[in-house]
Amino acid sequence: MPLDPSYLEYPHRSYGMDHDRYDWSMLADRKPVAWPGGKRLALWVNVALQYFPLNQQGRPFPPVGGMTTTYPDLRHYTLREYGNRVGIYRFLEAFDTYQVKPTFAVSARLAERYPYLLKRLVERGDEIISHGWHMDAPHYGGVDRDEESELVARSLDTLRNATGQAVAGWLSPSKSQSMNTPDLLVENGVRYMCDWINDDMPYNFRTSAGDIVSMPLSTELEDRFIMQANLHSESEYADQVQDAFDYLYAEAVEQGGRMLALSIHPWMLGQPHRIGRLEQVLEYITDHDGVWSASAGEICAAWQAAQ
Amino acid sequence: MKEDPGLYDYWPYENRPKITWPDGARVAFWVAPNIEYYELDPAVNPHRAAWPRPVPDVNGYATRDYGNRVGHMRMMRVLDKYCVRGSISLSTALCDHHPEIIELCKERNWEFFSHGIYNTRYTYGMSEAQERAMIEDAVETIRKHTGQQCAGYLAPALTHSDITMDLFAEAGGIYTCDLFHDDQPTPVHVRSGKKFISVPYSLEMNDTIVYVVNKIEPRRYGEMIKANFDRLYAEGADNGVVMCIPLHGYQVSHPHRLKAFEEALEYITGHSDVWVTTGREIAEYYIENCYDDAVADIAAKGAA
Repeated sequence: MPLDPSYLEYPHRSYGMDHDRYDWSMLADRKPVAWPGGKRLALWVNVALQYFPLNQQGRPFPPVGGMTTTYPDLRHYTLREYGNRVGIYRFLEAFDTYQVKPTFAVSARLAERYPYLLKRLVERGDEIISHGWHMDAPHYGGVDRDEESELVARSLDTLRNATGQAVAGWLSPSKSQSMNTPDLLVENGVRYMCDWINDDMPYNFRTSAGDIVSMPLSTELEDRFIMQANLHSESEYADQVQDAFDYLYAEAVEQGGRMLALSIHPWMLGQPHRIGRLEQVLEYITDHDGVWSASAGEICAAWQAAQ
Repeated sequence: MKEDPGLYDYWPYENRPKITWPDGARVAFWVAPNIEYYELDPAVNPHRAAWPRPVPDVNGYATRDYGNRVGHMRMMRVLDKYCVRGSISLSTALCDHHPEIIELCKERNWEFFSHGIYNTRYTYGMSEAQERAMIEDAVETIRKHTGQQCAGYLAPALTHSDITMDLFAEAGGIYTCDLFHDDQPTPVHVRSGKKFISVPYSLEMNDTIVYVVNKIEPRRYGEMIKANFDRLYAEGADNGVVMCIPLHGYQVSHPHRLKAFEEALEYITGHSDVWVTTGREIAEYYIENCYDDAVADIAAKGAA
């Protein structure tokens, strides 16, 4: 039985992308971006504050970082809780020491469950973005549109009520989306999303409800990816972040402002034997004059202003 | 299914006829950037799913798209700096989607060879006529957009049939990158009896295998490349060998990875007896100068 003849037909084989969400362009060809104050590199430190429910359903796939053993997986539940109880406070101290302005991506359920932590973040005045309902509530291809619409609205409403902030940014659990997710985000007042990791700079993304900015939050340079998925050492993590910084900082001289997106997790990098590596890389990066430490929303706005 | 692919004969590495590359080089060194297009919502192949997550697999798709938007031009600057011409393993539909990338490669006189139509269309399940049509489409697309006669093949997503080599040889190809059995080119049996060879294309040096499968640290990758080269350069004094580094713009060109690769490339190209070349040039030289001796030696060793 040969394959169906349609397997050798290519309906989208034409100029540009095989979808209409964004225009095709190469980073090096784009108009250079000037950051505020003439800085070369925008530092976006994105802290994921995630809630992983113990009664994980894992449909249609388990969340990245979720439960793995038979119920009750106390081991992973509490390891993730560690980040929200202990690791995050080590992070806050490090940010203050090196005067880094973080952005917090928060599960709505976490905001409901831990008002002390939310109040602490709100009082700092840092930007809070939505990280969905919780880690086991994925947005995925095939989910009913109305069901997802309710999930997006509930996640945003809950976080907006808890923080008093507009909540203009979005990071999907496990960076997973359905075909409708970008449309629903714009319908619910989101200005930028962080799931599409196909660039090192923001770019414009079309939806049925108007444009949204795609702010790529690098996975390849993420603490969890390097140390948990790849099992690289703590010192290797620091080396890779510093190498990435050096590269982008140099590229910015020729091609205009660059963005370094550091995705970090207090349950990972907030452990006693790892926190020093966060401090090390923040010290290294902030020791350079051309660095602009800013929230994701500020970087997004500056990029839009430069277009 | 067969016990053995039947593509080549056992041929011990020791006591082979000596290969001397142009200008007495010990190592024929080539770099093979994979320039690929992955579809967001490809036609379904019943034998292999394109994406681990339901469509749209934003993670998988965007990871690959990074290569086209960001990676290739960074890699190109590094290859230019060390005067390396790429031999492109091309998803040929990219000629339609992203002709700007093709133009940059043409300006540099890089080689284009076939890596299928899309890297989300697999050979599995194809009839002979279908696989032939796919191969002929790719060869014709390369001719139309670049003027080049496609010489080499790397099956899309490394998906093969029992007759992939036969069909590609019949479409005018002279070498395959799909076999990892040797550090020298070797003759490959095809049903037409044409002179068709394997040119080593190392999976061990392939950045995707290194980063995704083996989860190697970037700086260690640089050290692995140097160690691989050092040994081949030493052995190449006795009998010429091939070293290939296959690359992907969505892997090696990330900001935390490119420097270690550049250092390794600087190291290799800093040696005198290296023929920095392309897959096609290696294949043509080998077929012209080494193929007949190899066939005779393989026959003699097999008989003994």
